[in-house]
Amino acid sequence: MSGAFVIAGAKINGEDVGTIAVRDGVLIDPTDAGTGATRIDADGLVLLPGLVDLHTHLREPGREDAETIESGSRAASRGGWVAVHAMANTNPVADTAGVVEQVWSRGQEIGLVDVFPVGAVTVGLKGERLSEMGAMAQSRARVRLFSDDGICVYDPVIMRRALEYVKTFDGAIVQHAQDLRLTEGSQMHEGDVSAELGLAGWPAVAEESIIARDVLLAGHVGSRVHIQHLSTAGSVDIVRWAKARGIQVTAEATPHHLLFTHEEARTYNPLFKVNPPLRTSEDVEAVREGLADGTIDIVATDHAPHASEDKDCEWAAASFGMLGLETALGVVQQVMVDSGRMTWKDVARVMSHTPARIGRVEASHGRLLTVGEPANLTLVDPASRWTVDPSALASRSHNTPYAGRELPGRAVATFLRGTPTHLDARFEGAFA
Amino acid sequence: MKHLLGTKGMTREDAVLILDTAAQMAATQDREIRKLPTLRGKTVVNLFFEDSTRTRISFEAAAKRLSADVINFSAKGSSVSKGESLKDTALTLQAMGADAVVVRHWASGAAYQLAHGGWLHGSVLNAGDGTHEHPTQALLDAFTMRKHLMNTDGTGVDGKGLDGLRVAIVGDVLHSRVARSNMHLLTTLGASVALVAPPTLLPVGMDSWPVDVFHGLDDALDAQPIDAVMMLRVQRERMTGGGASFFPSPAEYTRMFGLDGQRMARLADNGIVMHPGPMNRGLEISAEAADSPRSVIVEQVANGVAVRMASLYLLLAGEEQS
Repeated sequence: MSGAFVIAGAKINGEDVGTIAVRDGVLIDPTDAGTGATRIDADGLVLLPGLVDLHTHLREPGREDAETIESGSRAASRGGWVAVHAMANTNPVADTAGVVEQVWSRGQEIGLVDVFPVGAVTVGLKGERLSEMGAMAQSRARVRLFSDDGICVYDPVIMRRALEYVKTFDGAIVQHAQDLRLTEGSQMHEGDVSAELGLAGWPAVAEESIIARDVLLAGHVGSRVHIQHLSTAGSVDIVRWAKARGIQVTAEATPHHLLFTHEEARTYNPLFKVNPPLRTSEDVEAVREGLADGTIDIVATDHAPHASEDKDCEWAAASFGMLGLETALGVVQQVMVDSGRMTWKDVARVMSHTPARIGRVEASHGRLLTVGEPANLTLVDPASRWTVDPSALASRSHNTPYAGRELPGRAVATFLRGTPTHLDARFEGAFA
Repeated sequence: MKHLLGTKGMTREDAVLILDTAAQMAATQDREIRKLPTLRGKTVVNLFFEDSTRTRISFEAAAKRLSADVINFSAKGSSVSKGESLKDTALTLQAMGADAVVVRHWASGAAYQLAHGGWLHGSVLNAGDGTHEHPTQALLDAFTMRKHLMNTDGTGVDGKGLDGLRVAIVGDVLHSRVARSNMHLLTTLGASVALVAPPTLLPVGMDSWPVDVFHGLDDALDAQPIDAVMMLRVQRERMTGGGASFFPSPAEYTRMFGLDGQRMARLADNGIVMHPGPMNRGLEISAEAADSPRSVIVEQVANGVAVRMASLYLLLAGEEQS
């Protein structure tokens, strides 16, 4: 895509209407675009820097029946993402330079999004000994984030060493905060709904106590910790406290923890079974508040595809997790933007600029929309309404809790370094 | 009624209807020929994902005395242990033309999923799902209490609830579907319920439950006269082993929560002793209490058949009337 194109009429970051132009994958001055440039009429649309997801499960290698790097990349580009961070809990686990390079290069080969592998903190996610994080950092995949996601790095000594060790290459430990002993057999948030439904409880304290420990550890050794999927009011308070003390902690919220509560479990529909679990309405409100006031730095999807047999079963037998890549933008618009709690500029911050910075990919992603920057772009139609149809999603799996639900805010075009990776039907002619 | 999934949300009217119908069913069981033709041609499947010979034979007897055809389907495996999935089992039963499925399952919510999953069209009768509900057990308990304790004016018990009764449920409420179903049903019928358990065996999040809570059986007996005391089974292995630490030792549990002769003597006049079975004699209940004249434990079993006959009748015969 070396031909120039112009996007005219969009609100840049949701603010002033403007025109941008692209040539050779880079933003150029519109007056330099020339008369031959393709013109995209973007009246009424919002132009954002391309979205960066810090928490994605692509399932390849190992569970290609649930998702592949290709199907996940396609789902991501349709959702407005230009980069995703692929979690390490694959089979084999991404705990060696070989696996992360394979994932990274497969992402490049497909070319729809940049796939940045997240390395495992411990060998085989077993929590016993550190994986060769240095080798992964020095590989072509340039891994900077390390996580045993799905499992908490539970041993405090292992956690301390990991935090210290990644300072070598300016990395961060990405923690799935879950006290394993307090959550053995847990099925849903421990509260009035679990008491009535007879489903084993996953108490808020099991998340909060690990976050408290880990922000203190990060402060003690002067390293970076990123907390995944904050789900409780107490977690937000602890992160707020840690930030006030100058601890290098960042945190994410998922779309589903911004929208749903534990009441969804009343139908025993395993599509709502997720880890950490959906919490109370007070927790949801605290997470929204934390995202709005900057305590929570970013929105990340925790896109977790599962084969239908792992969801079409008893609640207790079902896998944890739900799809998120294609619905995240809509949920964020509905919950945060349409309610007036955040602007589109804030959305650019929490879904592009800041995640790119935390992932240390800010040289190529999460850039400002100014001349000379890479043309990683997401065009959103905030006026569109769409009903989520699981079978129409690009993901290989269908486990979306939003099935049948109407959402706003669909990405209508996504560009990775100037190349359209997703185009709504209205634009297809322009790039024919 | 299309399904019987739980007692939560059941109206008093429906509950009394089931109890009154059960009384009629029980009356037929004194006749020389006990079999009724009511459900001839109907197929009832007993689908048991969890062993429970007592509950299964109770449902089997109930269905057979109503002349239904009974199929016992023991699906011991589960989707966890790579057996047939709940969905495939349901589709199989649908293909076989089950009019009602009586389901016992280790997973909370399995009966609800069977009823609402779109997999089968018949009625679903919950015979116990995980730690959620066991509605026919609560109904037979209510039936038993009503019969013994509500005929004070000699006019019989038809149409009556359990108004004014004081019931204590003692033991592992946390893991008990019997306790949950009883709490909902007994309070709907006008009884007051006390849950008696160590805090470790009560769920977090039960603050809004319409019950009194006591952390010792003596405290509960001190607080008010108890008309019916229901002792829950304690699963010894689950309680103290494997780091679970729900209580320090069986001996301490018995001291604080066990029903012995002395405590039984402190029940209200005419107060009764109940247990859903099977009992751990010497742990939650002493032999003296279990075998005393106040004990209605064996009668609970007989009443179970009548209540299950009534439930099957109302689910299956009722659908043609409406």
